Amino acid sequence: MTSLFRGNKLAVAGLVIVAGLIFVAVFATWLAPYDPATQQLMNRLDGPSWQHPFGNDELGRDILSRILLGARVSMRVAATVVLFSSVVGVLVGGLAGYVGGKLDVFVTAVVINSLLAFPGILLVIALVAFLGPGLDRMIFALTITGWVGFARMARGQVLKVKTLEFVEAARALGASNLRIFISHILPNIVQPVLIQTSIGMAGVILAEASLSFLGLGITPPAPSWGAMLNDARTHLFDAPHMVVFPSMALVMTVLSFNFLGDALRDWLDPKNLGK
Amino acid sequence: MVAFLVRRLALTLPIIWIVVTLVFGLIHMVPGDPVAQMLGEGASVTEVERLRHELGLDRPMLEQYRAYMTGLLQGDMGISFRNQEPVASSILSRYPATMELAVAGTLFSLVLAIPFGVISSVRRGRLADRAIGFFSLLGVSLPSFVLAPLLILLFSIGLGILPVSGRDGFASLILPAVSIGGAFAAFTTRMVRGSMLEEIQQDYVRTARAKGLSERVVLYHHALRNGLIPVLTVIGLQMGAMMAGAMIIETIFSWPGVGRLTIQAIFARDYPLAQGCILAISLTYIFINLITDILYSAVDPRIRYD
Repeated sequence: MTSLFRGNKLAVAGLVIVAGLIFVAVFATWLAPYDPATQQLMNRLDGPSWQHPFGNDELGRDILSRILLGARVSMRVAATVVLFSSVVGVLVGGLAGYVGGKLDVFVTAVVINSLLAFPGILLVIALVAFLGPGLDRMIFALTITGWVGFARMARGQVLKVKTLEFVEAARALGASNLRIFISHILPNIVQPVLIQTSIGMAGVILAEASLSFLGLGITPPAPSWGAMLNDARTHLFDAPHMVVFPSMALVMTVLSFNFLGDALRDWLDPKNLGK
Repeated sequence: MVAFLVRRLALTLPIIWIVVTLVFGLIHMVPGDPVAQMLGEGASVTEVERLRHELGLDRPMLEQYRAYMTGLLQGDMGISFRNQEPVASSILSRYPATMELAVAGTLFSLVLAIPFGVISSVRRGRLADRAIGFFSLLGVSLPSFVLAPLLILLFSIGLGILPVSGRDGFASLILPAVSIGGAFAAFTTRMVRGSMLEEIQQDYVRTARAKGLSERVVLYHHALRNGLIPVLTVIGLQMGAMMAGAMIIETIFSWPGVGRLTIQAIFARDYPLAQGCILAISLTYIFINLITDILYSAVDPRIRYD
C-alpha cells in the first residue's frame, strides 16, 4: 500500500484532503464557529473578516459554518449512495457475469442499457422531480442511477476472473457456486471496486450539489454547497465571496476523490507493475 | 453495412420503448394525487376532477398507456397544464437554442482537447504532460455551475466584455458554451492522450517517420486520424450529456432552451410538460448515440464484424 503514495504527491494530497473531510464531516457541529442557521441580518452580505473568515450570506449566516456543515451533508449523501450502489451493483453485475446466459442478457441488455439511455443526471432529476424533495428520495434516485456503473464494472471483472485456474480448481474440489462466487471471485474484484468507489464518491458529491443547486436536493435551511452556490448567483455583483468559498470546498473535495481514484488506477494497472 | 444498420436499429427500438414507458410511469410515481399537487392546496374538488379527466388520469392505467403511446406516434405529447399549449410545440420552439448550445459546447471542448491531448501524449511524462494532466483533472472536477459564475465574475462583471445572460448573438453564446464544454474538454483531453499514446507506438507511424515525413504530418495526418476514432464515441455521449447539462447552464444564463423549460416545468408542477421535456432530451441522446455508432462503423469497418 505504501507504494501507492510513494512519489505520487497528488495521491497524498487527495488522501490528506479526504481524511480532513471525513474529520470535518464527523465533527462539523463542534468545529463550526457559529450555528449555520442563525441569521444576523446586520451582517448581511459582509465580506470576509476576522469574526467571519468566509464572510456572511444574504441572511447574515456565517459562510464558514455553513461550508463545514455542508461537508457533513455531502459526505453523508455520497457515502450512503456509494455504499448502496456498490453492494447492489457488485451483486447484480457480478451475478450476471458469473451466471451468464439469459440472466446476463436481461441485466445488461435490458436493465443497464435502459438506465444508460438517460443522459447524465437527467434520470436523477426526473425521479426527484416526480417523487418530490427530501433526503431519502434523493438518495434513492442517486442509487437507482449509481449502481449501474458498479454493475458494469463488476460484470466485466467477473467475466475475466471466472475463467482463471483457481476458480476451476475450487470447482474441481467440489465448491458450490455460491462459495466460489463469495470466497473466490469477490475478493479478486475488490481492487477495481475500490477505484470505482473513489470516483463514485466524486460523482455523487457533484450530483448532490447539482440537484441542490437547482433547488431539487437538500431542503433549506439545511446547508448544502450546491444550494449555497445557487443563493450566491443573485449576489455575483455585490457579494462574490458567496461564490468563491463554496466553489473551493466543492472543487477541492471532488478533485481529491478523483486524485485518489486516479492514483489507485495507476497503482493497480499491471502495466505499471514494478515501478 | 446494411446488416449492421438493421441490427443497430433493432437494438435501439426496445430501448426507446422502455424509455418511453418509464417516462409515462413518472407521473404515477408522484406521492399522493398528482392532480391535487398540480393545482395546489386551494383547488376545489370539481377542479381536481376536471383536470384529472382532461389528463386522462381517471381512466384505467392500461388505457392511459395506450392513449399515451398512440399520441406519441402522432407527435402528440399532451397539453401543458400551465399555459395550455401543446407540449410538443413548446419543446420544438426551444429545441434549436439547446442544440446550438450543445454544438457550440462540443466544438469548444474539441478545439481545446485535440491539441492538448496530442501534446500531452507526445511529451509523455514531461512537464507539459503533467501540467495538462493536472488541469484536465481540475476541469473534470469543476462542475459547470461553479465554472459559470466564476466566468461571469471575470468576463461580465470584471472585464465587462461578455453579456451575463440571454440569447442575443454570438457574444451571448460564448460563456454558456465554455461553461458547458469545460468539463468535457478536460475529459476528452484525457481520451485523446490515451488514444494517441497507443497509436504512436504502431508500426505505420514508424513507417511514416522512416519515410522522412515531418513530425507534424506524422502526428496530425497519420496518428491522429486513427487516434480520434475512439474519441468519436465519446463525443456522441458528450453531446447527449450536454442536453442534460443544459438544464443547469440554461438556468444560469437564462438561455431559452429545453433544459430551462424542463426546470421551469418541474417547479410549476407542470407534469405533462416535464414528462415531454425529459422524453425529448432522452430521445435526442439515444439518437445522437445511434448516429455516432453508425459513423463509428463507417470510419472503422472493423467494428461492424464484431
